[in-house]
Amino acid sequence: MEKKYWKSTEEFNNEVVPDYSENLIPEGKNLLDLIDEEIAQKPSSRRNFLKFCGFSFATAAIASSCENPVKKAIPYLNKPEDVTPGMASHYATSYFDGSEYNSILVKVRDGRPIKIEGNSLSDVTKGGTTARVQASVLSLYDGIARHKSPIKDGEESNWSAVDAGISASLREISAAGGTIVLLTSNIISPATKKLIEEFKTAFPGVKQIVYDPVSASGILVANRDSYGLGVVPDYLFDKADVIASFSADFLGTWLSPAEYTSRYAQSRSLTKGEKKLSYHIQFETGMTITGSKADKRVPVKPSEEAGLLLQLYNEIAVKAGQAGIPGGASHEAIPALAVRLWENKGKSLVISGSNDPNQQIVVNAINQLLENNGATIDFGAPLLTRQAFDNEMEELVSQMNAGSIQGLILWNVNPAYDYHNPDAFISGIGKVKLTVSFGSVQDESQEFVKYILPAHHYLESWDDAEPKRGYFSLAQPTIRPIFSTRQPQESLMKWIGKEGDYYTYLKNHWMTEILKAGETEWKKTLQSGVYQYETVTMPVVSMNTALIAPAAQALSSVKKSEQIEIVLNQNLAMGNGMHTNNPWLMELPDPVSKVCWDNFASVSAETASKLGVASGNMLNIDGMELPVFLQPGQAAGTISVAIGYGHTRFGKVADGIGVNVYPLATYENGTLRLSTDKAKVEKSGNDYLLATTQMHGSMEGRPIVRETVLGSYLESPDAGNEIHAEHEKKHVTLYKETEYKGHHWAMAIDLNACTGCSACVIACQAENNIPVVGKEEVMKTRIMHWIRIDRYYAGDEKNPEVVFQPLMCQHCDNAPCENVCPVSATNHSSEGLNQMAYNRCIGTKYCINNCPYKVRRFNWFRYATNQKFDYNMNDDLSRMVLNPDVTVRERGVVEKCSFCVQRIQEKKLLAKTENRPLQDGEILPACAQGCPSKAIVFGDLNDPGSRVSQLFKDPRNYHLLEELHTLPKVGYLTLVRNSEENNA
Amino acid sequence: MYKTEVRGPLILGDKNYRQISDDVIAPINQPIPGWWKVAFFIALLMGIFGILALYQTVVVGLGTWGVNNSVGWGWEIINFVWWIGIGHAGTAFSIFLLILRQKWRTSINRAAEAMTVVAVMCAAIFPAIHMGRVWLAFFIFPYPNTRGSLWVNFNSPLFWDFIAISAYLLISASFWYFGMVPDFATIRDKATSKIKKAVYGFFAFGWTGSSREWLRYEALSYVLGGIAAVLVVSVHSIVSTDFAVSVIPGWHTTVFPPYFVVGAIFSGFAMVMTLMIIIRKMYKFQEYVTDSHLNAIAKILIFVSLIMGTAYATEVFIGWYSGSEYEMFTFFKNRVTGDYAFQFWAMVVCNAFIPQLFWFKKVRQNLTMAFIISIFINIGMWYERFNILITSLSKDYLPSSWTTYSPTWVEIGIYVGTLGLFTMGVLLFFKYIPMIAISEVKSVLKVSTPVTNEKKHMSHE
Repeated sequence: MEKKYWKSTEEFNNEVVPDYSENLIPEGKNLLDLIDEEIAQKPSSRRNFLKFCGFSFATAAIASSCENPVKKAIPYLNKPEDVTPGMASHYATSYFDGSEYNSILVKVRDGRPIKIEGNSLSDVTKGGTTARVQASVLSLYDGIARHKSPIKDGEESNWSAVDAGISASLREISAAGGTIVLLTSNIISPATKKLIEEFKTAFPGVKQIVYDPVSASGILVANRDSYGLGVVPDYLFDKADVIASFSADFLGTWLSPAEYTSRYAQSRSLTKGEKKLSYHIQFETGMTITGSKADKRVPVKPSEEAGLLLQLYNEIAVKAGQAGIPGGASHEAIPALAVRLWENKGKSLVISGSNDPNQQIVVNAINQLLENNGATIDFGAPLLTRQAFDNEMEELVSQMNAGSIQGLILWNVNPAYDYHNPDAFISGIGKVKLTVSFGSVQDESQEFVKYILPAHHYLESWDDAEPKRGYFSLAQPTIRPIFSTRQPQESLMKWIGKEGDYYTYLKNHWMTEILKAGETEWKKTLQSGVYQYETVTMPVVSMNTALIAPAAQALSSVKKSEQIEIVLNQNLAMGNGMHTNNPWLMELPDPVSKVCWDNFASVSAETASKLGVASGNMLNIDGMELPVFLQPGQAAGTISVAIGYGHTRFGKVADGIGVNVYPLATYENGTLRLSTDKAKVEKSGNDYLLATTQMHGSMEGRPIVRETVLGSYLESPDAGNEIHAEHEKKHVTLYKETEYKGHHWAMAIDLNACTGCSACVIACQAENNIPVVGKEEVMKTRIMHWIRIDRYYAGDEKNPEVVFQPLMCQHCDNAPCENVCPVSATNHSSEGLNQMAYNRCIGTKYCINNCPYKVRRFNWFRYATNQKFDYNMNDDLSRMVLNPDVTVRERGVVEKCSFCVQRIQEKKLLAKTENRPLQDGEILPACAQGCPSKAIVFGDLNDPGSRVSQLFKDPRNYHLLEELHTLPKVGYLTLVRNSEENNA
Repeated sequence: MYKTEVRGPLILGDKNYRQISDDVIAPINQPIPGWWKVAFFIALLMGIFGILALYQTVVVGLGTWGVNNSVGWGWEIINFVWWIGIGHAGTAFSIFLLILRQKWRTSINRAAEAMTVVAVMCAAIFPAIHMGRVWLAFFIFPYPNTRGSLWVNFNSPLFWDFIAISAYLLISASFWYFGMVPDFATIRDKATSKIKKAVYGFFAFGWTGSSREWLRYEALSYVLGGIAAVLVVSVHSIVSTDFAVSVIPGWHTTVFPPYFVVGAIFSGFAMVMTLMIIIRKMYKFQEYVTDSHLNAIAKILIFVSLIMGTAYATEVFIGWYSGSEYEMFTFFKNRVTGDYAFQFWAMVVCNAFIPQLFWFKKVRQNLTMAFIISIFINIGMWYERFNILITSLSKDYLPSSWTTYSPTWVEIGIYVGTLGLFTMGVLLFFKYIPMIAISEVKSVLKVSTPVTNEKKHMSHE
């Protein structure tokens, strides 16, 4: 029965309640009216006057000073079925920026994509990501660089007007038999390819040219000639026992780094009882992460590579009983390598990053001799992300200048910035009648086009991808288009008069051509994001061996240059320069040099002294001024410079940062070479300071990164880590040890798997709302990253060994930071987490000082909504990327890695609502989720079966600075190299 | 009674009680001298610069400083420890010499105590302003509150610091103030203007000079002295735990508490010497602050300097003896040699070597030399704190986090501001408070001198 509540004894006794209504404000009147009446009734007195004076002053003061900001939070009138406020949804989609592919999941919170995660269902990238992929979500919210509406002749326009204008021009040019070039980046979307074919049919003058500033033309040409297959094959690093790489930075930037990293890590794993490691030798000019991970790294000049390849071919040919070819160097590293390769015939892999087809032909010849085709090189599932033949772009530019091109449609390309001869392109485009750009953000080339038809960001688009033959994936929008943008595909459809939208077109194409199935299969694929054909056996390809001799002859005829050679490399953050306007990437320190916010001339100390420059000086390279950076391991007589910088019209972050060195690239023998020996290098009088996040490179003999070689490891698995057992023995305490009754979170990091790729750094930054602080602040050692990659050099300065160590809060059970905080703002959770209560922190910074790992970060300024830090937390749009589960820290508080406590809580709650125990591996902190080599394992130490418990028992496991007895809950597994000597 | 035959007279010039009162009160009644105005104006400008720097810090953030994510403490803590050290002298001076019945202290202790109070006030600015959120500084008060009753962390040396400094400031200020009550009464009695009479009368607490009051006065000064004696030792010991409790090489040292206390006395005495030489010169107090006073301070400085030298040597020895490679690095590669060798050797030379010049009588008697040496000691003590703070933090365990530190104008501005505040405080003290404890000095007047006016003494002219 319903309870009856009463509020007075009168009511309880059902007495008549006295009427107070005369004291109430009469209906239709408010308090002020009454006061007015009161004033009207009463004679004015001094007292009244003062009373009302006081009232009005007070109200005026309050009303004018305490302005309450108006925040609009509009609830759903009809709640969408799959949206629960506060709960994130994940959508599978595909990332492809024109050269790099990744299958991803997009975390969407309340309608906003906020985080990119790897899609573990993908057989290509296997849940791994790269820093560039992680950061791509931020560019969605770039309200300054992105176009808000179509633009015609520099003026904002509307879609119907530009459509009408372009359609008319297209028809006119077509009718006159003119040529319209669709200049695209690599296109891997099957539906788009089909659409382009239809476009070509509709306008016969249309011709598609693929342009890629960092192309794989050399490989494509060589393979076309060698095998009749103008493709990049699939390289199976996991199946290779010996990997010889000539300048291919396959872990960082070469072709498909996330995929290769995952495979490479498999061949370098020792955590599942493996007894062998692959052997990796790297010949390269500048120091890359790939070279750092190699068991042997040989610094070479770019001009020496051809000789080395010929020498290697000859050495192997002798073993294979075949005739050698003339030429070749006599490098000491090659004979031993040849022996290794020959011993591992069919289980080895030789690759080259060179764009010289002749070198690639020799590489093919070597792999042919080693019978690697069909074993570690798969032509059955070639990589389709590189399709550009450089000569086509060369021809196009000359045709443009000759006036024989009437229409040019730029699709995701920016030749005015990244073409090696931008002036030729710019003068050429001036002679083209119809110029259109599909760029979604402003770029240098758009200055010269008539129409800008901004495309959606990829997170707003429908698309599909076939990164490797037979491996498909879908891309779906995760947010409504923010601006008045349109997918280029829809523009093409409109111009050829095709009805419907691109989504329908895409879906039809998939259901008829790819899935060959119905709606259910389509939905299933959309949900998982990926689809693949049954794996086919690797085709056996045979090489046209007649090519070898002429290639060798061409290579030997090239005179060795004594000039300083300049190599243009991609760095991990910037890639080919498409992402330069992304503040996260701009502030991502290169894992080897630890420099951010600039490109620079990397030189060895020896070469620098020859040139008469020191660190801090500048070099003048063909009129480009670049700061000098002394890079240990840089080949003598060479300079490495990163491309991707020096934008002039790209956005507030990119513009004016660094120098654009694309013009140094040379076009030779049908392909573009990202190196030159023709540039004039001299000392410039100017000085320049670079921002580095690590100023000291040596471990000073401290047992920070523990390292051993395979031989010693096989003898005793705790090789290099003997001291760990010593420290464990000393584990005593006067105090009662804390018991962790529920969970006890911990993390294990396999230094063998970690490549230093820095995907974790950006993943953490995106997940935890970490601010970008700018170059000035980075120079003051105030970068905010919660996870950093420490890099140490060991051994010879000319060619040091390099080790990487990801470092985040170690969540010590005996945390030195905790007992010194005067207000207990940092404390220990019952699950072993070292936590920060931001609201409690008063910012004494004592914890920062007392942390031996120096992982704590202080908010020196207010980084959000501060004009001084106008990166991604200053305006409303870019703040949409912030993760609502993580506090945006106020000025004056300390912050640090939390082991992604929000993710731990989320999964704990999920398990609780589903009434089941937590699964091991269910909780993935952002760093572990995005790691392409799966080097980071997170879990519960109280669960003896968990992977982290297993790894903590591994004899390779150790804790950083364990002699301090801080009892860290992060463990590192020793680095094991497959080499004889141990320099460290 | 005091054996004046052996020691010689503590006060020269055959003074009588009235003369003493007149001499000491003279600066209060005379018009403000020109040098005072100039000095005050300069100090005021320094103070304003300091306020500007504080404004920047509070409004823009600690980012305006040079400190960073490896070196979390910089000039602000160096200066804090430095000022606290200077703030040691007055109380140490009064208390220890009081307990040891050293009568010669009487002409100096007032000035020393004044210096203490101003120096501790200067010092107290730094722990507050170095907080990232100074507006929440009250979180450090342990009081029952509405935030779920969140208590402070009683394990944290910073909390101990807070308690130690506030207790010390309270006790030294009380000790200083209660010691001045009879003198305020003297000024009140001698004052001619009504305002002066009222103001000094208020501060004199209605002192009449009855024997019962003297009895209580003596008792109180011994009680406060007793408490303060403990605090003198505790406050700097506790400041030293800010470092000693940590895990950082070069900080994690058990020698720190005595080392800090002695260091503080050292810098405090040096500052007393600096100040007394100025007072003597400017107010012609040579007859009260005699050469033998300065001689005594100089001798104490030699002794303390030897202790400091021993402490430095001990630290370096233990760095080696500990066998810890991190300690070894800090001491041998980042202090004795390395980036910060200049600061280390500046400390050693200024604190351990230069004061040894006081072994020579000629140096002790040469006021210019004494003045210069006292300044050197203060510089040396500043470098000592710099060494401890910066060398340890800039290069600790992981070489990847090694960095450097240099201050910005804001940090320098705050320091300059406290120097200005200190100077202003001292100048105001010169002008408005009797610089020498009149009543105490009278008690050490040479007995053999005929006391001509006993009655006047009783009435506290």
